[in-house]
Amino acid sequence: MTPCHFFIYIRIKLDIMNILVCISNVPDTTSKINFKEGNIAFDTQGVQFIINPNDEFGLTRAIWLQQKEGAKVTVVTVGDPSCEPILRKCLAIGADQALRIDLQPQDGFEVAAQLAAICKKEHFDLIITGRESIDYNGGMVGGMLATLMDMPYVANCIQLDIASNEVGVQREIDGGKEVLNAKLPLVIGAQKGLVEEKDLIIPNMRGIMQARQKPLDVISPEEISPASKVLTFEKPSEKGPVKLVDADDIDGLIDLLENEAKVL
Amino acid sequence: MAVIVYIESENGSPKKAGLEVASYGRAIADAKGLPLVGVGFNVTQREDLNAYGVDTFYNMDTLGEVNFDVNRYSEAIAQVVEKEKASTVVVSSTSNGRYLGPIVAIKTNAAYLSNVVALPTTYEPVQVKRTCFTNKAFNETQSTKERTVLSLSSNSFGLHKKQSTVTFMDGTYPSLSSTLQVKSVEKVTDKVSIADADIVVSGGRGLKGPENWHLIEDLAEVLGAATACSKPVSDMGWRPHSEHVGQTGKPVASNLYIAIGVSGAIQHLAGINASKVKVVINTDPEAPFFKAADYGIVGDAFEVVPKLTEKLKARTQ
Repeated sequence: MTPCHFFIYIRIKLDIMNILVCISNVPDTTSKINFKEGNIAFDTQGVQFIINPNDEFGLTRAIWLQQKEGAKVTVVTVGDPSCEPILRKCLAIGADQALRIDLQPQDGFEVAAQLAAICKKEHFDLIITGRESIDYNGGMVGGMLATLMDMPYVANCIQLDIASNEVGVQREIDGGKEVLNAKLPLVIGAQKGLVEEKDLIIPNMRGIMQARQKPLDVISPEEISPASKVLTFEKPSEKGPVKLVDADDIDGLIDLLENEAKVL
Repeated sequence: MAVIVYIESENGSPKKAGLEVASYGRAIADAKGLPLVGVGFNVTQREDLNAYGVDTFYNMDTLGEVNFDVNRYSEAIAQVVEKEKASTVVVSSTSNGRYLGPIVAIKTNAAYLSNVVALPTTYEPVQVKRTCFTNKAFNETQSTKERTVLSLSSNSFGLHKKQSTVTFMDGTYPSLSSTLQVKSVEKVTDKVSIADADIVVSGGRGLKGPENWHLIEDLAEVLGAATACSKPVSDMGWRPHSEHVGQTGKPVASNLYIAIGVSGAIQHLAGINASKVKVVINTDPEAPFFKAADYGIVGDAFEVVPKLTEKLKARTQ
């Protein structure tokens, strides 16, 4: 171990691991999706907002690192004041502090660039984003943020083991998984598998009470232009009714799939 | 000026997702009157590149490195984009395509638009239709940058042949050091992956337990299909997470999706909505899946599925 390595070793040992979890405020998975103002805006009427599920898997993993290794967990979102309830929920789940960058973002690039501005001011050892948000499904914030920060990025992350600054990670790929070695600092795109559904933390009364005392800071956004803008929305056209086939008429089903749908 | 496509390959041959991207890129190149330039790694098979209209192909020899390397791949693509002064770059929506897209976009100062399902409606600026809200809706998005990276949704454009004579260029595989190193790749080799499959057979709670999964597997085998499952099934540990399809699981965009004993929760339907033809087999005629399906059988999976498997088997013999 060179003196330099020794210094890094000491720093990692003594310093608290600083984790940033990026949170997106999204419509509940059961939401009916409607648009308003001539299909140019999402209609939030009657829609319940939740922590983006992929972000919540990441947050849960971060809380485990807080509980086991004493890591400090900061959650951040880019959004208007309507996002604060989910940030309070993150605090109730166990995050130490929350940041809200006060901006209604136009696209994923704008989000990534605003987050990068935060990460340039404070060093984070581990930055967790979700694989994608379930509203715009862009799947771009993690990779863009990492590239803007010149940090490595692991997409579709399904395992994360940190020992000192040596990190073992796994990435889900089509038809299997990739096992990687990494070092901190690192950005990951969290998804199911990183923790399981049953591991998600339901805030208890103590957590909810404590969350009220924890800091939730509002930060002014940097001046950054988005790279794209959504012009209009459209719902899929109504499909025709299902063609029912009798349970005894398997040949009829095969015939339809072969000759009508042409998929066999 | 050129249109750039990243063509994924396996064992030297372009993959289907790569050829769909080439087909899409060719259509853009024709609309703009530009050449189509492909980028790939260790591609040796040229016939497909010619058949799908690639004019120039930068082939990067990774010099024996067999594993995907996100840093070096994205850098290699970015270098070709800059060299060719391309304003449009297309990647697929495979796990590697979606991984590379945003990184290439930042490296080349481009906008990144994912989940693209149609050709651009305008080119200056680029405006294109994309899915959003996990296939529950579409939007028209406009790029505000001079350069745009598009990630094309699988199976949304299809394969369209167009003859060309490809010129092979030896690209330089950039040597970049990274703290990120692939140690090993674990692939389920004897099965079709959900991403690559033309047909997906999926099981839900109606199958009553993991011991009955041979029904799904037998049908999938005779169809050459991938197997999938609903969220409750993976949550209960009946099947691995990698098979979970739906809003928080894998997306499916197959030609044919057969749902057996799956009720059709809104989150499940969102994830499989991009599939072209949907078939449901369920005992409950009120199951929401019947509203989303094209064909349906109200019946007991334990009776219907073995019969279907047998009939299909007899048909292929």
